[in-house]
Amino acid sequence: MSAITRPVLNKKQVEMNYLLHEAPREKHFITGAQAMSEAVKRANVDMAIAYPITPQSEVMHLVGDVFAQGHIKEYYRAEEELGTMSAIAGASRAGVRLFTATSGPGLIRGLEAIASWPGHRVPAVLGILTRVINAPLSIQPDNIEMAYMMHCGAVMLHAENQQDTFDFTLAAFAIAEKVDVYIPVAVATEGFFVTHAKGYVNMMSEDLVYKEFDPVASPVPAMDNETPPARIQRDAPVQKSNFMSYLIHSVWQQEIWDSNSRAMKYIYEYLGGPIEVQNPGSDIMILASGCAAAQAREAHRYAQEEGLSVGFVKVKAIRPFPRTEIREALKTAKTVIVPEHNIIGWLCTEVKAAIPNGGIVHEGPRVFGGMTLPVELIMFEIYEALGIEHTIKL
Amino acid sequence: MSLAYITPSERFKRYLPKDYVELIDFGPFGKTQEEAGPGNMGQFKELMEEHPMCSGCWMAYYIRLIFASLPCPEETVTIGTAGCGRLAISQAAVPFVYGNYGDQNAMASGLTRAFRLRFPDKQKDVITIAGDGGTMDIGFSMTMHSWIRGEKFTTIMLDNEVYGNTGGQSSGMSPKGAVLKMAPMGKDFEKMPATDLAKAAGCVYIVRMSPTNIKQAAKVIRRAIFVAREVGPTFIHAYTSCNIEYSIPTEDVFADAKEKGKGRFAFDEYMTDEAKIVIERVEGEEKAARKARKASKAEAVN
Repeated sequence: MSAITRPVLNKKQVEMNYLLHEAPREKHFITGAQAMSEAVKRANVDMAIAYPITPQSEVMHLVGDVFAQGHIKEYYRAEEELGTMSAIAGASRAGVRLFTATSGPGLIRGLEAIASWPGHRVPAVLGILTRVINAPLSIQPDNIEMAYMMHCGAVMLHAENQQDTFDFTLAAFAIAEKVDVYIPVAVATEGFFVTHAKGYVNMMSEDLVYKEFDPVASPVPAMDNETPPARIQRDAPVQKSNFMSYLIHSVWQQEIWDSNSRAMKYIYEYLGGPIEVQNPGSDIMILASGCAAAQAREAHRYAQEEGLSVGFVKVKAIRPFPRTEIREALKTAKTVIVPEHNIIGWLCTEVKAAIPNGGIVHEGPRVFGGMTLPVELIMFEIYEALGIEHTIKL
Repeated sequence: MSLAYITPSERFKRYLPKDYVELIDFGPFGKTQEEAGPGNMGQFKELMEEHPMCSGCWMAYYIRLIFASLPCPEETVTIGTAGCGRLAISQAAVPFVYGNYGDQNAMASGLTRAFRLRFPDKQKDVITIAGDGGTMDIGFSMTMHSWIRGEKFTTIMLDNEVYGNTGGQSSGMSPKGAVLKMAPMGKDFEKMPATDLAKAAGCVYIVRMSPTNIKQAAKVIRRAIFVAREVGPTFIHAYTSCNIEYSIPTEDVFADAKEKGKGRFAFDEYMTDEAKIVIERVEGEEKAARKARKASKAEAVN
């Protein structure tokens, strides 16, 4: 079907702040995959490009339905992830709003293109529905791929549940397109645990959409031969080994990481900040992101019931990493427990590097390969750290 | 709008770089093929000024020819990848997107579709120009799938039968037996059948050639672009020798190209019936327009 014959829906275009903070919401009981596609539906996306991989596929199936209903103007299944991510980069040169999603091995396959998105100033939104990547291969949830993604320059948000997945995905479009950001935003959440499980999500009416992408407002003009200022070559490869090449590459990448830092104020504006803290000043702080934060939250509740000095920090933004906020939240902690869904403990490493007394950060507990993260695993660490007798056997 | 958006107001011109103003005043934009085509390319300095390629590079010549032949340079975007070609492509006064390794046809798929949704009533020409490595080796899957999907843009493969830019390694398009880096005993399999693959994948206009005849080469480039606008993917497989890696003396580069044009780059033009209809129509219109211009010129003289 050509773009010309697509159904045209009559929707009200609104600002992101209205959409997220003021528009009336209704409670729905939906999966994480549905939550992501519902966010895409309200984000006024021009074009989405799909490629299957479990557990992501569900998201792009639903986005395909959203396209068929007329909420998106263009959608197709690409040849594989490198082709998908490259096509996103190509389409962004035309000045349109873009979405795609992938999982574990797909992210790694597309990473060559994704790693160049920030430098090419591609303000696309990428869903990452986490999954094992290492051999022996498995389709199970494990968020190790996020460690590879962390050094690309993109903004990265990590959703705890279905509601986060909806809100973060919607906010991601506004953050990515800010004039002083204008780099991609990745929204990650755990495959299966969130994508295929239902949770309550408060959503605004689908008759409301985020205001349409304005290529004229872009700080990096589209290469459409229409949008001034005229720009003949947008992405000059830096030739030769000379001082100019070092200089161009270095200032360019510095600008990307500065843009990444500048996204922080919008994370405050739209998502209420990069971290959530409960019981600050406790002796033990449990710090987690994504699905692990849901389990950490539960462990925190258990600990409250038992009257223990335990606090909770949920990290929503992985890039830019909220160093200052985390330092503040952990400044009086004696022990920090970092539950994670991966073997290397990338969040643990980040936290250790962010605070002056990294020795208080406990390694784990970690589960990987798709294992669930029982609250008892976290409680075990809490009891051990407090020297409390307990009966939990691991 | 495209011409208007690069044209500065008269009073602002004095503050702009001279090169830019001259490009607008005297460049190839908005001109006909007789005015701006290969026959007159000597007057366009962005095409003729020194190129960054090796002395005697046949690829540099063909790239200039591509730009001189564009039906509408002011509405064209080119996409390339790593390789010698992009060094010269990026000098032309036509927007050029440089992506990652071999991803030009995937990028072009996204770009073409996005252009169509943003400008449904306007023709924007997207052309990928990449080497044999970029098109047939590292970019193979993305090249083939863009054709299989029927993406409406033109693919031009600059086939120098070697990885020239990385120092002379054997490619899938190198002829069997060629002793090159990474094939120290000679390449032990045949040159890939690029035009056959294009046909099987659904390209609707395909030409293999050694572009020694300027008029013919220009016609092919224009045909490929016209057909891609309306019908589907088009592919030009052009011989653009690497005189360095194949040790062709500069003075023999043209003779070599002539000779290859009689051999494995013998001219071969394929078009579907649909493509033929477009070509006949557009070339008929062009002919009529030329005739009309000639007549009005004659009238003006009288």
